[in-house]
Amino acid sequence: MDLNYSPEEQAFQLEVREFLRTEYPKDIQEKVAKGIALKKEDYLRWQKILYKKGWVAPGWPKQYGGTGWTPVQKYIFEEECGAANCLRLVAFGLVMLGPVLLEFGSEKHKQQYLPDILQSNVWWAQGYSEPNSGSDLASLQTKAIKQGDHYIVNGSKTWTTHGHYADKIFVLVRTSQEDRKQKGISFLLIDMDDPGVTVDPIITVDGMHVVNQVFFVDVKVPVENLVGKEGDGWTIAKYLLQHERTNIAQVPRSKAQIKRLKELATAQQSYGKPLLEDERFRSKIAEIEVELMALEMTSRRVLSKLSSGAPPGASSSLLKVKGTEVQQSITALLMEAVGYYGFPYVKEAMLEGWQDEEPIGPEEAAVLAPHYFDWRKTSIYGGSNEIQKNIMAKAVLGL
Amino acid sequence: MNLEFTEEMIMLQDGLNKFLQKEYDFETRQKLSRQGIGYSEDNWQKFADMGLLGIPFEEENGGFGFGQTGLIVVMEAIGKGLVLEPYLASVVLAGQLIQQAGSEEQKQTLLPALIAGELKLAFAYAERQSRYNLADVACSAEKKGDKYIITGHKSVVFSAETADKIIVSARTNGDTISEQGVSLFIIDKGAQGLSGRHYETVDGLRASDLTLDGVCAEAVLGEIDDAFDDIQTVIDSATAAICAEGVGVMQQLREKTVEYLKTRKQFGQPLGNFQVLQHRAVDMFMAEEQMRSLAYLAAINVNNENDSERVKSISAAKIYLGNARSTVAEQAAQLHGGIGVTDELDVAHYVKRLTMLNALFGDRDYQMQRFCQAD
Repeated sequence: MDLNYSPEEQAFQLEVREFLRTEYPKDIQEKVAKGIALKKEDYLRWQKILYKKGWVAPGWPKQYGGTGWTPVQKYIFEEECGAANCLRLVAFGLVMLGPVLLEFGSEKHKQQYLPDILQSNVWWAQGYSEPNSGSDLASLQTKAIKQGDHYIVNGSKTWTTHGHYADKIFVLVRTSQEDRKQKGISFLLIDMDDPGVTVDPIITVDGMHVVNQVFFVDVKVPVENLVGKEGDGWTIAKYLLQHERTNIAQVPRSKAQIKRLKELATAQQSYGKPLLEDERFRSKIAEIEVELMALEMTSRRVLSKLSSGAPPGASSSLLKVKGTEVQQSITALLMEAVGYYGFPYVKEAMLEGWQDEEPIGPEEAAVLAPHYFDWRKTSIYGGSNEIQKNIMAKAVLGL
Repeated sequence: MNLEFTEEMIMLQDGLNKFLQKEYDFETRQKLSRQGIGYSEDNWQKFADMGLLGIPFEEENGGFGFGQTGLIVVMEAIGKGLVLEPYLASVVLAGQLIQQAGSEEQKQTLLPALIAGELKLAFAYAERQSRYNLADVACSAEKKGDKYIITGHKSVVFSAETADKIIVSARTNGDTISEQGVSLFIIDKGAQGLSGRHYETVDGLRASDLTLDGVCAEAVLGEIDDAFDDIQTVIDSATAAICAEGVGVMQQLREKTVEYLKTRKQFGQPLGNFQVLQHRAVDMFMAEEQMRSLAYLAAINVNNENDSERVKSISAAKIYLGNARSTVAEQAAQLHGGIGVTDELDVAHYVKRLTMLNALFGDRDYQMQRFCQAD
């Protein structure tokens, strides 16, 4: 057993590191490091830089603009991006829809949509959850009824991340009622500008606007916007969820957050000493570090299996559950680290940083409690952790 | 990067699993545990014939040179079978101490005999006041002529009763808790002044409390006053090894519990239909997988020259093994219901072993402190 990268992989690692050092915009890096809200423009700027380098779509085949990287190279890229506090790519186009179109789309779909996804010309959103269909996604009720060469879509999608930025949305709709709820679901591409599409903001517990509810009232969608055949929707959704989970453990990001936590706990005083030297607080960090070390090694074991050609199996469920538990415990300790200064709520400081204003308490503190509350979402989205446990019970344990 | 076992290791694993299946069923194990010396001399000879006793040692001393990776494979199997034979004491601890600290002559004479199954060893390091601190050594050795005379007490020395020789840590210099001044000596089981109180352990093994009343050492092992680092190195390797043993125990507990959930019926259906129990079984599975990862990481880093990485990897694994008392052992007992706390069922004995492993080579609290200090 050997944890070392090969000489070629080490050279690649240095190449990535150097690229990030020189090309990743410092202002975005600072925002990510401090947890300040990111703007649409930040995402687009970084994705266009990555596109120019040819690195924006590691998961795509080379002939469609992917990188042709091995699983280990992809992993190294993610490690370096995490360590450099890189902005996470907007997954909906690059990580989710792209692979779906490559697998299920027509030649026309590929030509029409893939280049704009690669170049970040079109912002995609995901239309899955509905007000009455959360964990029970297959119960979805948004209807698409065929009339001539159009579908007429009625219904509503919710938790639509960045829906207010989006140009287009891929949507799971019900095209027929069958004996099983998983049947009769189809995968449609809809223009956000189409008449009958409206977006309502949902303000989350941190006071921010990231997610939305999207309404469809008699929206006319051309039949050529159907991906796959009618009724293929559930198969496509499951395929897409696999792609959503490749980097689900978020180990590199959590390692960077542990570093941030230790720096913060060194700067904070308790009984006249750095908080980090408080045995109780230090032990709580250590508990998370241990879980994170295990998680990193589990990710590498999955990677090693993947490299030798074996399928990942239900490992993504384990990585999702443990990964989100680690992330959430870090946000809790970050909040605890600043003590009373978890209280002040200054929205401007979360949106823009303190700028020229004198910070209230430690400069880092303003975002910490809101982040803690916001991060509760991670064990809920992408298939809640309880759903992941159902999957493992069935797929791994045979229960 | 490659985290797969080599062909050799897979063959070793298969061989061990076959042995456990054919010759080491639970009833046999229980009988062995409760009579005579608490294990089987025949099995020990079979281990020697299978080459298991030479796994970690250098080829020039008659070993296989498989190192810590080899130990993982063996110890995981030992965990799966709740194996009673003194592999940890004789091979992992004492044998590796000889490999680590011994003179060429000691290595050339003692190791081949150990590997052949002709010589059994034990290592006495803990004392009543020392808890897990390896430097806290009150047992003293005084030089008289060209001999060392040892006086003191050693606690819970595993597999000492059947050991032909015992390696003892004793103080030749310095304060009671200083690393400097700790030395290692080899004493013969028949040495005058050596007496032992031998007992069963709660997890079915054997151990002894030893009293050394002016025992004349047969030989010095390593450098006088400077044995601490050798002891720590070997205890680190043994710590990583019992983490792999823990993985084997945890896998058995998870498999047996899942099997029970599938077969035991209540309320007219298998227990496994109940989501609350499904999720607890999944929690056990995740704990096992994470433990496996940390056990492998500890094995990989056991010789890492970066002290911080080495110590943190080993302590992290041992901390997680300590967690397994609540995440796996107690869950397995609970999910089995009443039968899970009976002596008759193997589950209770896996639970006992997993629980007791927390105290071996330093519990959660000790390891947590070591982990934080290494940062």
